Amino acid sequence: MDLDLTAEEEAFRAEARAWLAAHVPRTPLRSLETREGFAEHRAWERTLAADRWSVVSWPAAYGGRDRSLLEWLLFEEEYHAAGAPGRVTQNGIALLAPTLFAHGTQEQRARVLPPMASGETVWAQAWSEPEAGSDLAALRSVAVRERGGWLLRGQKTWSSRAAFADRAFGLFRSHADPDRPPHHGLTYVMFPLDADGVTVRPIGRLDGRPAFAELFLDDVFVPDADVIGEPGRGWGVAMSTAGNERGLTLRSPGRFLATARRLVALWRETADPGDTALRDRVADAVIKARAYQLFTYTHAERLAAGGSLGAESSLNKIFWSELDLALHETALDLLGPEGESAAGEWAEGYVFALAGPIYAGTNEIQRDVVAERLLGLPRGRRRP
Amino acid sequence: MKLSLDTSQLDFQRSLARMLGAADTPSAVRAWARGEHGPGLAVWERAAAMDVFALATPEAYGGAGPLPVELAVAFVELGRHAAPGPFVETVAAAALLSRLAERGAAAPAAAWLPRVRTGGARVTLTLPGGGPYALDADVCDAVFAVAPGTDTLRLAAGHGPVRPSLDPARRLARPCDLGEPLAAGPAVREAAAYAADHAAFAVAAQALGVGCALLERTVAYVRQRTQFGSPVGAFQAVKHRLADTLMGLEFARPLVFGAAVALAAGAPGAPAEVAAAKAAACDAAYAAARTALQLHGAIGYTAEYDLSLWLGKARALRSAWGSPAQCRARAMELFSE
Repeated sequence: MDLDLTAEEEAFRAEARAWLAAHVPRTPLRSLETREGFAEHRAWERTLAADRWSVVSWPAAYGGRDRSLLEWLLFEEEYHAAGAPGRVTQNGIALLAPTLFAHGTQEQRARVLPPMASGETVWAQAWSEPEAGSDLAALRSVAVRERGGWLLRGQKTWSSRAAFADRAFGLFRSHADPDRPPHHGLTYVMFPLDADGVTVRPIGRLDGRPAFAELFLDDVFVPDADVIGEPGRGWGVAMSTAGNERGLTLRSPGRFLATARRLVALWRETADPGDTALRDRVADAVIKARAYQLFTYTHAERLAAGGSLGAESSLNKIFWSELDLALHETALDLLGPEGESAAGEWAEGYVFALAGPIYAGTNEIQRDVVAERLLGLPRGRRRP
Repeated sequence: MKLSLDTSQLDFQRSLARMLGAADTPSAVRAWARGEHGPGLAVWERAAAMDVFALATPEAYGGAGPLPVELAVAFVELGRHAAPGPFVETVAAAALLSRLAERGAAAPAAAWLPRVRTGGARVTLTLPGGGPYALDADVCDAVFAVAPGTDTLRLAAGHGPVRPSLDPARRLARPCDLGEPLAAGPAVREAAAYAADHAAFAVAAQALGVGCALLERTVAYVRQRTQFGSPVGAFQAVKHRLADTLMGLEFARPLVFGAAVALAAGAPGAPAEVAAAKAAACDAAYAAARTALQLHGAIGYTAEYDLSLWLGKARALRSAWGSPAQCRARAMELFSE
């Protein structure tokens, strides 16, 4: 057992560090949940992609570097340590791309992935509906068969990034069969947000910024080429990579390690050394950031050896979302009266972290999954 | 980078688990608590025969150590089966004596380490940063002591009265009648700190095993215990407590093995890694104990039911070889590089 990096991994890490030191903007970009900030973040994605740093673990053919999962984790550590901007392309890269790699056609990958990697196309997710949140399979939006494709009809909501994004992906009911469980008869489609029949209504999150949106779909045409996997079997397509959203590819440890380091620095600057209650909270956050890093290395190794994560990604999701909140809450408490100020990185990070226990499957659902699938406790009354 | 156990480490884990599983450790613990050491010492000898102490003994004294990863494997299993006896202290003493020998004071190592390796010597100790009690001194062949604030290693000729612990398997006594110095100076100070790190590390692994045993027993119980016409494990309030218990343990585990890697590499950050592992593993084990007690209900609150043996151990290990506050203070150095 060891934590040693190979010479090649060290060289890769050093190359990433040097590139980031030379390219990360000196002044932070404006919030990516604003129109101007979104444009600045998209421009940053172009800079990343120009030197092939936007998707290092993808095949070179799609703009990547064919790097291992571990190397991607190292890149992420460097990225966040350098204070580089948030990734406006993340929904596409972390959620849609793994689905295309697993279930897409060659043509879809060649068409969709390169502009995703360069930030030319920014993707939003379209999963939830007003009556289908945690119970996603209860969704009612439909895809109706039409010559050469499908017509989408219905309403999606809590669609992250959709206020300014270009395209979206999600599930629609294409085959109604009241005798079968509701996750049958769904189809996974990609569609443009500027198409005829799409109305995007931005929603202000807690701080008022339009971090997500409602989508109203009125006979939006989607060609067959934009269906992923077999029509009617979209649930399996979506779930096969759902672990990505909860697990290590959406929230890599690098982000929390960098935040924990900033928290320790803040503690050293501001804290009364006699305040052991606050010190213990800082220490807990530091310990958990390290635990998440080592846990993720272990899982990356298992995935690289051909294993899978499955329900363990639910443990991940609870852990990082609670850690993110603890880091930011502790920082705001350390800031004393300044902790009330809505300006600054800690406040924006705090508002962002508040959503973590809710999105990607609430932590209550994740705890059910852990109890039932990892511990083997009896199933509850929920539908499967 | 490699963080999974290799085949021989997994084989070692399975053999140890098989031996301990067949040893009826709950009966041994109950006897040990009464001062009847026979059944517990039989377990000790079998563990020694499986080279548990050789893992902490350098090759120069016939051992294979130090092998912290294998030690972590062993202590997780010892905790899981609640094995009684001064395992942690004997391993820490091996670290103390071998580090002293490396620094030029070889006589105590030559006198004790060959016997430690075979299990023929049971050793306990008190060190700066640890508590005042030498665990299981009444069954040990040697009681070493470095008093707080000093850099002198002495052998105690005896021990004070045995006091019960919240863990019935832990018998506490203060060393007394300290003899002539065996070694003194900065080397003792350094070796004592090194040994205290090993003790904290072994306790962390042991606590992880204790927590796993508590979780396994509780999951089995809530699956078969029925109320309101349903297994209580079907209730969401019960499920969520157990999910949190698993999460605590599963995120403590990589810290324990990360500390093993740091100790094996002699990394300067090893003390902080050990402290992080101990804080996390002892928190997770204690949370597992509270959950286990609550979900068992009244039956879990009885001395007669074996769950009590692990409940007490989870509480006691939290305070042994570094309090939660001490560990947290030291873990703050994790990112100091």
